[in-house]
Amino acid sequence: MFGLDNKDTRMLLVVAVLTLCAPFILNPFPTDSAMAQFNAGYPDLMQRFVIFGIFAIGFNILFGLTGYLSFGHAAFLGVGSYSAVWMFKLLSMNVIPAILLAVVISGLFALLIGFVSLRRSGIYFSILTLAFAQMSFNLAYSVLTPITNGETGLQLTLDDPRILGVSATADGSIPVTSLFGLEMRSTFEMVVGPWAFQFNAGYYLAAFILLAAFYLSIRIFRSPFGMMLRAVKSNQQRMNYTGLNTKPYTLAAFVISGMYAGLAGGLMASMDPLAGAERMQWTASGEVVLMTILGGAGTLIGPVLGAGFIKYFENIFSKINDNVLHGWFSFMPDGLENFVVFVIHPFIGKGWHLTLGILFMLVVVFLPGGLVEGGQRIAKWVKGRKNKDDATPATKTPAE
Amino acid sequence: MDAILLQILNGLDKGSAYALIALGLTLIFGTLGVVNFAHGALFMIGAFCAVTVQRLLSLSYEVVDESQKDFLGNPLKVKTPYVESWFGPEMGGAIIDWAVPIAILFAIPIMVCVGYVMERGLIKHFYKREHADQILVTFGLAIVLQEVIKYFYGANPIQTPSPEALSGVANVGALLGMDIVYPVWRIVYFFFSVVIIGAIFSFLQFTTFGMVVRAGMADRETVGLLGINIDRRFTIMFGIAAAVAGLAGVMYTPINSPNYHMGMDFLVLSFVVVVVGGMGSLPGAVLAGFLLGILESFASMNEIKSIIPGIDQIIIYVVAIIILLTRPRGLMGRKGVMEE
Amino acid sequence: MGILEVKNVGKRFGGLQALGDVNLSVKENTVHAIIGPNGAGKSTLLNCLVGKLIPDTGSVMFDGQSVLGRKPFEINQMGISRVFQTPEIFGDLTVLENMMIPCFAKRDGAFSLNAISSVLGQKDVLETAEKMLEEMNMADKRHMHAAAMSRGDKRRLEIGMCLSQEPRLLLLDEPTAGMARADTNNTIDLLKEIKEQRDITIAIIEHDMHVVFSLADRITVLAQGTPLVEDEPQNIRGNPKVREAYLGESA
Repeated sequence: MFGLDNKDTRMLLVVAVLTLCAPFILNPFPTDSAMAQFNAGYPDLMQRFVIFGIFAIGFNILFGLTGYLSFGHAAFLGVGSYSAVWMFKLLSMNVIPAILLAVVISGLFALLIGFVSLRRSGIYFSILTLAFAQMSFNLAYSVLTPITNGETGLQLTLDDPRILGVSATADGSIPVTSLFGLEMRSTFEMVVGPWAFQFNAGYYLAAFILLAAFYLSIRIFRSPFGMMLRAVKSNQQRMNYTGLNTKPYTLAAFVISGMYAGLAGGLMASMDPLAGAERMQWTASGEVVLMTILGGAGTLIGPVLGAGFIKYFENIFSKINDNVLHGWFSFMPDGLENFVVFVIHPFIGKGWHLTLGILFMLVVVFLPGGLVEGGQRIAKWVKGRKNKDDATPATKTPAE
Repeated sequence: MDAILLQILNGLDKGSAYALIALGLTLIFGTLGVVNFAHGALFMIGAFCAVTVQRLLSLSYEVVDESQKDFLGNPLKVKTPYVESWFGPEMGGAIIDWAVPIAILFAIPIMVCVGYVMERGLIKHFYKREHADQILVTFGLAIVLQEVIKYFYGANPIQTPSPEALSGVANVGALLGMDIVYPVWRIVYFFFSVVIIGAIFSFLQFTTFGMVVRAGMADRETVGLLGINIDRRFTIMFGIAAAVAGLAGVMYTPINSPNYHMGMDFLVLSFVVVVVGGMGSLPGAVLAGFLLGILESFASMNEIKSIIPGIDQIIIYVVAIIILLTRPRGLMGRKGVMEE
Repeated sequence: MGILEVKNVGKRFGGLQALGDVNLSVKENTVHAIIGPNGAGKSTLLNCLVGKLIPDTGSVMFDGQSVLGRKPFEINQMGISRVFQTPEIFGDLTVLENMMIPCFAKRDGAFSLNAISSVLGQKDVLETAEKMLEEMNMADKRHMHAAAMSRGDKRRLEIGMCLSQEPRLLLLDEPTAGMARADTNNTIDLLKEIKEQRDITIAIIEHDMHVVFSLADRITVLAQGTPLVEDEPQNIRGNPKVREAYLGESA
C-alpha cells in the first residue's frame, strides 16, 4: 500500500494507530485514581510527543543514514519557530503559511550551514555544526534582538499588523492560531465513566503531519537516494571512484533533515505562538541526538520511539516527588522506606536529567542499536526459549 | 595604547582557561584517540573541589557567648570555625582565607583519581568504537556529572573569593609608565597557567615517560611493537589531563563563581579552541586558547561593538569557521590526524 | 593513438621526485601492465590517472580529453574504473546493493535526488545488477553483508562493480596483493575471462610477475619514477635493464 512493501505498510499503520488513538492509549488510568499522574494524554504533552518525533525522524535521515553527527540541529528548530511566529505577526493566524515559511527558511538556513560544514567530515563536522548552532544561539539571544526579541523571546502583540487577519479580536485580546478557523487550542473532552479523554485540534494537526513526515522518511529510506546515503556512510572512497559525487548527497540529506527540524519548530510555534533562543541551544541539539540514539539510529521507527520515550518519562519523572515515593513504598518498614526513597530521590523530579544521562550512557555502552535493537534481542530470546522448550522434551540431549 | 594592552590582559585569563582545558583535550585526543565531551565536566569538578575545600575549612561549631547579647537580651551564639580553634584565630583565619590555593593540594589527587576511574571504567571500552560513539558516551557522562554536582551543590553560582591579599587590583601599567588597573587574581591565574603549561611541556619534552608518550602520539603502533606498554602510560596521561582541567577550574573560581553548567559552557569553546589549534597539537591548543581569548576580549571593546554590534558574541565561532575552512588541520595540526 | 595517453608527467613530493618524465600509451582493448620495484612510482602514477593526485607537469589524456584537474568521480564518469589494492566495497550494504550502486551511477550520473521511488521499483538497475552477480558467480550471496565475505569474494565483487559500469578502461592496483595462491589464480582466471569476453582496456599495476606474464599484452617497467622499457612480455623477460632494476633493488 502507498508504494510500500508489507512490512513498511504495517509499521506505518502501527504508527498511525498509535498516534491517532494516543488520547486513549496515553490515558489508561481513571482521572481520579492514584495512577492518574501517569496519564500523558493531555494536549500539551501529546503535541510535544509528535513534534519531537518529527524532529528526530528528520535528524535520523542525516545521522542514521549518512553517519554525519550534527550537534547543531536545534538551530533549525529555532529558525523554524521564529519564522512561524513572524508569519503570525505579519500575515495571519493561519498555521499553514506559518509552517510553510518555517520549512522554507530553515531549509535555506540548512543549505547555508550545510554547505560550509560539509566541507569537513567526522569530528570536524560535528564541531563545525556545534559552533554554528552556538553562534546562532548567541545571534538570537542578543545580536539580532530586533528580529528575535532577545532574551524575552518573540511573542505576539496587539499591534502586530496581521494583514490577512486582525490585530486584535473583538474583545481586545490577541487572536489564537488556527487552521482555517479551527482553533489549535480547541479541545473536545470525551468522558467515559471515570475516564476523560481529550481530543485537541492542534494535536491532530501535528499527528497528521507526523504521519506524513514518517511516510516520507520511509520512502526516502527505501529509495535509491537513501541507498546512496547509506553508501556514503559505508565507504566514501568507493563512492567517489564509482562516479558518485558525495557532496550533494550529504548536503541534500542535511537540508532535508534541517527542513524536518524547521517543520517541528513551526509546529511548536503553531501550538503556542512564541519562540525563544533557548530552543537553539546546543543542549537542545543534544536532546534530539539522545532521542535518535535511544530509539535506534538508522532504523525507521527508532527516532519516533526515542522521542516518545524521552518526552513521556521526562513528564512522568518530573512529576514524581518524595510524597509520591513514600506513598508507593509505605508497605515497607519505616527505616527501609526512608532509605529507598532517599536512594531514588536524586533521580526523580528535577533529577530527571541525571536519569536521562545514565540511561543514555547505558544505551550507548550496551545497546548501540537503541530500543529497537533491545526489542529485537528480546524477541530473539523469547523465540530461542520457545524453540528450546519445544526441542528439549524430544531430544533430551544436554545443552552445550 | 593603554586600552589595547588592557584588552590583551583581559583576554589572558579567559585565554588561560581555554588553553588549559584545550591542552588536556588535545592530549587525550592525541594519546588515546578519544574525543572527550566530558572534559568540561572535569573543569567543573575542579571548581567544585575548591568550593568543597572552602566549605570544609569553614565548618564551624557554635558557642554561647555570655558577654554579648542580642537585642532581646539573650546571649549571642557565636560561630567559630574548627580550624580557628585548632590553629588560633589568626592562623585559622588565614587558612580559610587561602582556601582556593589550598584546594589545589586536594584537587590534584582527586582529579587524578577521577580521571583514572573515568578512563579505566568507561573510556577504555571506547577506543575501538567510532568517534560518534565516543562523543555520545562522553556527552552522556558530562550530563551525569553535571547533574550530580547540581544535586549536591544546587543550581545557583557559589561565590568563592580569592585570598584577601590577592583580591584587589594592581596598576600593572606602572612599570611601562601607563595607567592600567587590573585585578591581581587574574594576573595570578595567568602566571599559574603559564607554570602549568610549562610543566606539562617540560614533562613531555625532558622525561623518558614524556618521550614515550610523544612517540606514541606520533605512531602508536610502532611504539607498541617495541614492547612498551603504551596503554598504561596513556592512562596516566589521562589522569594528568584531568588534573590540569581540574586545576584550571580550582583557580578560576574567584574569577567566575562556579555553577553546575560551567563545564558545558567552557567545553564548546574549548573544542573550538582545539580544532582551531589543530587536533592533537599541544602548542596549537595553547596558542589558539590565548589567541581566541584575546580576540574575544578585543571584540567586546565598545569601539568595535559600535561598528559591528554583537560581534563579541560570535567572533570566536566566526574565526573558528574561517580557520577550519581555510586550514582544515587548524593552525598547527599534523597531517593524518582525524582525516578520512 | 592509445585510449590513454600519458605525456611527460612529473610529480614531486617535497624533495622527492616521485615521477620523473613518464610517457605511456595504452592501446585500446589491450592489457597493459606497469611493473617496477618498490618506490618506482607506480602508485603515484595511478593516483595521477584517477584524479587523486594532480601531476606537477605533463598531461594525461583519456580518449582525447584531459583528465587533469577533474575529481575522481568525474574521471570515473568519463569511463575509467578503479580496483583498489585492498578491496573497497560498501561493507554495510548487501552484495546486491553493492552491485546496484554503480548501476545507478551509470544510469543517473554523479548525483540524483531520486528520493521517493523505491529501489525495488528500478527494474532495469536490478536486472543489470543481478546479471552481473550471476556472471561473477555470486548470485547465491546476494543478500549477504558485503563485509562478511572472504577477501577473494570481496575482490570479485569489486571487479564486478567496476564492470557493471561498462568502463572503457579498468585500472587494477595490485589486484592480487596479499592473496593466497588459489585466490590469486582465481583472480587471474577472472581477469582473463573479462579480457576475452569484453571490449575493455585494462591497465594493471602489479608486483607479482606470474600475474603480469599471464595477462599482459604489453609491459612498461618503471624505475625511480621513469619508464625504463616498454615492450611485449617475452622481450621484457630477458631485458638486462629490467634485471638490473629488480636485482639492484634486492642487492
